[in-house]
Amino acid sequence: MRLDLQARAAPSRTIAIAGPILALLAAMLIGAAVVALLGKSPAEAFMAYFVAPLSESWSLQALAVKASPLILIAVGLSFCFRANLWNIGAEGQFTVGGLAGGWLALATRDGAYQGTFGGWWILPAMLVLGAMGGVLYALIPAILRVTLGVSEILSSLMLVYIAGYGLDYLVRGPWRDPQGFNFPVTANFDPEATLPSLIADGRLHAGILLTVVAVLLAGLVLSRGMFGFEVRLFGTAPKAARFAGFSERALTLAVFAISGGLAGLAGIAEVSGQIGQLQPSISPGYGFTAIIVAFLGRLSPFGIVLAGLVLALTYIGGEGAQVSMKLPLDLTGAFQGVLLMCVLAADVFTRYRVRLVREA
Amino acid sequence: MVNWFRSAATMALSLALVGSAGAAEKMKVGFVYVGPVGDFGYSYQHDLGRQYLQQQMGDQVETTFLENVPETDSGRAFEQLARSGHKLVIGTSFGFMYPELKIAKSFPNVKFEHATGYKRSPNLSTYSARFYEGRYIIGQIAAKMSKAGVVGYVGSFPIPEVVSGIDAFMLGAQSVRPDMKVKIVWVNSWFDPGKEADAAKALLAQGVDIIAQHTDSAAPLQEAEKAGKLGFGQSSDMSRFAPKAILTSIEDNWGDYYVGETKAVMDGSWASKDTWGGLAAGMVKMGPYVNMPDDVKKMAEDTEAAIKSGKLVPFKGPITKQDGTVAVKDGEVMPDKEILGLNWYVKGIDDKVPQ
Repeated sequence: MRLDLQARAAPSRTIAIAGPILALLAAMLIGAAVVALLGKSPAEAFMAYFVAPLSESWSLQALAVKASPLILIAVGLSFCFRANLWNIGAEGQFTVGGLAGGWLALATRDGAYQGTFGGWWILPAMLVLGAMGGVLYALIPAILRVTLGVSEILSSLMLVYIAGYGLDYLVRGPWRDPQGFNFPVTANFDPEATLPSLIADGRLHAGILLTVVAVLLAGLVLSRGMFGFEVRLFGTAPKAARFAGFSERALTLAVFAISGGLAGLAGIAEVSGQIGQLQPSISPGYGFTAIIVAFLGRLSPFGIVLAGLVLALTYIGGEGAQVSMKLPLDLTGAFQGVLLMCVLAADVFTRYRVRLVREA
Repeated sequence: MVNWFRSAATMALSLALVGSAGAAEKMKVGFVYVGPVGDFGYSYQHDLGRQYLQQQMGDQVETTFLENVPETDSGRAFEQLARSGHKLVIGTSFGFMYPELKIAKSFPNVKFEHATGYKRSPNLSTYSARFYEGRYIIGQIAAKMSKAGVVGYVGSFPIPEVVSGIDAFMLGAQSVRPDMKVKIVWVNSWFDPGKEADAAKALLAQGVDIIAQHTDSAAPLQEAEKAGKLGFGQSSDMSRFAPKAILTSIEDNWGDYYVGETKAVMDGSWASKDTWGGLAAGMVKMGPYVNMPDDVKKMAEDTEAAIKSGKLVPFKGPITKQDGTVAVKDGEVMPDKEILGLNWYVKGIDDKVPQ
């Protein structure tokens, strides 16, 4: 007897939806086994990881704050990935967005330039600058690709490090806080340059609203608009797209601009809403984790929201488990890996049927 | 299948039991580390302090730690600890300063401690150790032991703590051998064994015969051992990594401070303050003096005793800056505030502080 994989004529819709849920359950069972082997109660771990963070206002806010940049970046990336273009450099676009918007915050500090207009324009202008910074930075690999045929995978990835060192140079050099004892950080932003809190004394900042708007718009564009059709067509049948008269050049530039712009927006929202100053590092790898979120969410905006929330939940639950059960941090990383493996494995079943074949 | 159902049932049962466990009156103390506890350097040493606290106070305390917490994302870690009943929360990295300050404001009933920072509030204390005292001693040892007369120094970031360490090192070295030279390489990281090793290799290739370091891994010391040269341990006793090369280590010793602060919270005497203890307070300790002749060992021990008793002050005048201006007049002592913001080299260092 052996197991055989048989290709389905069309991907199964039922399994496409049930797959990720089954994968999550499978990952939880594996996680439970590991916790049991560590000599702790799997039930208690389940509570700490998945229930406790959802039961209090502050941890729900923390969840939204953690998930927001992941979702915002991943929604942008989904445009690229749908068109079979590989923007791996969202982390760099995030950094440049934070830099571009952060520049304005530093330039207008202590009431500079606020005299005649007041300070109301600073925050919107920072957001625009952040998005623009991300757009321009993402256009570099896009332009290299359409003009010289340079692989966008390599160039976008390499640009991440250049952005990182650029930020590092600025906060250690010209932008360093003069009152900061030589420590490599900029001065704190003024209240006019800080995204306000949505809940009094809470962690939830207005950057979350940007993410909500971006998700809704992306959902609309991808499902209804001609542009969404074009993106999908280039991803699945590039020849047909060219015959239909769509320009590959314009599309490449457009999807890179969208993903770069959203990553840049995420960057300035994080800097302005969460950190409040520029530092040598402004992201714990959001730009890379967002790639996982985009695929976990099946490149659909609403799937990405779910995936981003689940991943953020494992981070926050992981911290909770460290505190309440003294479970090691590495377990969180291992669980995230297991979850991704299970989701990828579940993908097989949407396209293949498993058959039990009796040996003749 | 039956098994699966059984374990599901057990799970449901224990779910119901969670939360009903009785809690004894233990004081909870939480720690937030920037690195992994397994770095065998800075975070490791803080965790030894936590373990010491647990061992000293036994049943009276429960300690928790969150490791590898990114600085930009640390506010949540502090909030998590403050909300889960911890009465004393300790952050050990400079970059936690603003996030911790913010959380401290929202939790006035919880006491906070922040290592190496300079922002305080009514429920947030700061503490650090005078590592430069140890660096004065190893400067003297290096000057005695170096044949080449040139020491290699692997630096992390050109922040005041590190720059003042280099100055103290050179003041110590010059007190023994006025023409002593130092070569400095910055690796721009606290913990990056690969880069640290490369920096040490580059220095050794340039002819230095002793490696000093202000980074957290044992890699530079190990490079010195491989090259048959000498070096010093950082943060913890690193003799097991380089038994032949090590001269001594500057050890961080946080345990007594953590016990003191925990007791102060318990009896209500805790107050916000800045603590900056050195050899005398036991926050800085010197490792065993090994691989050196007896007269050098004796000199090091005498210097250590003199610093402890206050007879010797590393930053005591006359101190001349690199550019020839007088920084501290003869007989005067540099105020702490200046040491904490120090960003210039003393005379005799042929290098520039990166700006």
